[in-house]
Amino acid sequence: MTLTPRRILILLPLAYLALFFVYPLLAILGRSLDGSAFGLDPFVRLLGDSYYLGRIWFTTWQAAVSTLLTLAVGLPVAYLFARREFPGKTALKAVSTVPFVMPTIVVATGFVALLGSRGLLNTFLMDIFGLESPPIRVANTLALILAAHAFYNYAIVVRIVSAFWANVDPSAEESAAMLGAGRIRAFLHVTLPILMPAIVSSALLAFAFSFTSFGVILVLGGPEFATLEVSIYELAARLFRLELAAALAIVQMAFTYVFLLVYAWLQRRASVPVGIVPREAVARPARRAGETVLVFALALGVLVLLSPLLSLVERAASVGGGYSLDHFRGLFSNERGSYFYLSPVMIVWNSLRFAGAAMVVSLAVGAVSAYFLSRPRRRGTSAADALFMMPLGVSALIMGFGFLVAFNRGPIDLRGSWVILVAAHSLLAYPFVIRTLLPVLRGLPPALREAAAILGASPVRAFLHVDLPIISRALLVGAAFAFAVSMGEFGASLLLVRPEFATMPVAIFRLLSQPGEANLGQALAMSSLLMAVVALGFAAIERFRYRDVGGF
Amino acid sequence: MTLLALDALHKSFGAAVAVDGVSLTVHRGEIVCLLGPSGCGKTTLLRLVAGLEEPDSGSISFDGRSLDGVPPRDRGFGLMFQDLALFPHMDVLGNVSFGLRMQKHPKDEAARRVERLLEMVDLAGFGRRKVHQLSGGERQRVALARSLAPGPRLLMLDEPLGSLDRSLRESLQVQVRSILKEVGVTAIYVTHDRDEAFAMSDRMVVMERGAVVQAGAPEDMFRAPASELVARSLGLRNAMPGTMTRSRVETRVECALGALVVDSVDQPAHDGRVLVLIDERRALPRPAADARGADPNHVRGVVESRRFHAGEIEVLVRVGPNRKALACLLQPDSANLSEGDQVSVTIPPDAIRLIAAR
Repeated sequence: MTLTPRRILILLPLAYLALFFVYPLLAILGRSLDGSAFGLDPFVRLLGDSYYLGRIWFTTWQAAVSTLLTLAVGLPVAYLFARREFPGKTALKAVSTVPFVMPTIVVATGFVALLGSRGLLNTFLMDIFGLESPPIRVANTLALILAAHAFYNYAIVVRIVSAFWANVDPSAEESAAMLGAGRIRAFLHVTLPILMPAIVSSALLAFAFSFTSFGVILVLGGPEFATLEVSIYELAARLFRLELAAALAIVQMAFTYVFLLVYAWLQRRASVPVGIVPREAVARPARRAGETVLVFALALGVLVLLSPLLSLVERAASVGGGYSLDHFRGLFSNERGSYFYLSPVMIVWNSLRFAGAAMVVSLAVGAVSAYFLSRPRRRGTSAADALFMMPLGVSALIMGFGFLVAFNRGPIDLRGSWVILVAAHSLLAYPFVIRTLLPVLRGLPPALREAAAILGASPVRAFLHVDLPIISRALLVGAAFAFAVSMGEFGASLLLVRPEFATMPVAIFRLLSQPGEANLGQALAMSSLLMAVVALGFAAIERFRYRDVGGF
Repeated sequence: MTLLALDALHKSFGAAVAVDGVSLTVHRGEIVCLLGPSGCGKTTLLRLVAGLEEPDSGSISFDGRSLDGVPPRDRGFGLMFQDLALFPHMDVLGNVSFGLRMQKHPKDEAARRVERLLEMVDLAGFGRRKVHQLSGGERQRVALARSLAPGPRLLMLDEPLGSLDRSLRESLQVQVRSILKEVGVTAIYVTHDRDEAFAMSDRMVVMERGAVVQAGAPEDMFRAPASELVARSLGLRNAMPGTMTRSRVETRVECALGALVVDSVDQPAHDGRVLVLIDERRALPRPAADARGADPNHVRGVVESRRFHAGEIEVLVRVGPNRKALACLLQPDSANLSEGDQVSVTIPPDAIRLIAAR
């Protein structure tokens, strides 16, 4: 094999994965499984135990149901953003992605603030109907867990599907209508198959997140709803059975890899080059009265989706019986003279710079990998695709310990360095870049690149003038996700970072773990701040345009 | 003077042979049409010349220099794609000026050139239109202007008018040819439509299953097609192989229609395998009952179809045990035949042309 520039380029993501994924993973798994004689013993014990088999089954089906629910919520919203123009769209779009970034603990608090027995909704219903007891009881139910998963992940579906949908030539749909298909049948038989690659992409991400769900279950569920990730946590942190935890983590990875393989195969089958047109040729303002109502209803639906977060802001701003900004002011003073105190300005700055760095790394790694994966008719593409997605399916806890073991001493000593944090964040973020880019790259007609080559463009210039403008929209969506993942990442940040590098979710966690009404209020105030920063960040990324090519 | 020379080119994709030993020359300033059914390797041949595919064996040279290992961008050729491949994110100006920008032409000179080209293709003032706002014919002309803009040394057009309706196609054929001649560019034009090939070409090349079957001026090929396939590609439907025998009394040919007497003038010099061509305007079908036994060269058959086409009646008769199709063109008032009728077709000896098989 000769080293062409192309082959050198693909070494970049491979080296990155080897260093920040494979190496720490092997370090922790090797250490955990060291004691057992044959290495297979823990697996035999796990797979012979009906409890753990039950956990595997539960984890899988709850993830599947969560994914379906996520799609049901996300697809109508995706349609709204892709095909309709209405006032306030940019703002609504930026805000609608906020849930995805919220730390679990904040979301749980938001759900309690809205749906809890003393929450907004129950208080409201009790007042109106004069009820004695709260009519809504959802604490510790499966429904609440599934709802929380859908709440978390619907933004993935919205972003990825609407980015793709917005550039799909509507003529196929129109011709279906001409052939006598009603709106619903045109959607089912024409639009849906065309959108399938994007839908499958986002469904996979939603599935992966629900499959490895940890925080939601820990806070909102009970022991009977333990996922594999929660079981790993129990084994490692409560029972100190590291070898069993490591074995279970490997079982979890094996399952994830199989799902990813099936998915990558489906994805390759589903992707077809579609007519790509600028979105100004696609989106239209609502014309008939019925359509206006539909758009309005969908926009209202998005607001309802956001209600847990809104009720959280409401609580952050309430002091005693009225509203004030006391909790926000409290963030700026170090009343107890804590050594670890950081001003909110510093914390926001930490979050922003780590997220910025993680975004750049994710874009580089994700874009190169996606290009590699988008080349047609190659053996092993499905396997490579699944491999690139693996960081999403690995227990975050195990990974965090892996980082600690691997980078705390030679040969690679990154103790307390911000590099380790950016590496951890980008590891969770770059799969999003791959998933947002791949449908667009696979849909890009190869003749465009060939035309550029024949007109005298070098590969680099063809990329800059032809590929990049067309994929720039998907790239921005990927960037937004990378930014979001890093902004909201909590576990690794808590485990890996020095106090002066505290990010917003870490600060929220610290405030929540201290007693007192004031700390809770400040935690909610910090959460509100996080929402605001993320929404602003999204709006800024949305505004960015590459070479003013319009809506691509 | 030879500009482009292809020598024994081969290209396969897995087990499928796309181009099978093609040798061909193109002269400076000439428009050569590649004619052949779809899937015969025309497009692959263009892609080999463009450098988008590499040949398995054989060589391509241009102006005496080998193009081995020269990437597409350095060949200085133009290619107009079958599906046009216009850049959807650029306006008309952006598309047409792309090649000039890649060559780093001075801006004002490039702008003047683009302006001139847009005028030439009747799109003056369309510069700021987006590609998706154009009609089919307008897109075709943008693609033509784009491929001409960098001043290619050779222009290749891959079924460029394939997706257009007939009347638009015919008017564009004339326009495209006059533009190509005005610019003086050497061009290879791929099509599966023989009328388009006649309209466009100085010289025609007929391809079948990856190989060149015959090349030459359209009228020469018409006079002496090299094979049944070439004859059919040129629109000579009544073509079939046969065997010629000459006696002192008469010249005869044995073919799928039976034994036919032919005029002895202007036939091949030697007996043996020939290509039989029957003039469809002179083969005359009549109801079988009216047949007169005395005439030579009647063949009996059944009318399969009858349609009105361009002022004439076209009747297709199935003849003989092999149900060989025989096309006849009649004046509208002369034919009172319908599908399923038993007919006897009279073929005058001087309506049959024999060409020695190669």
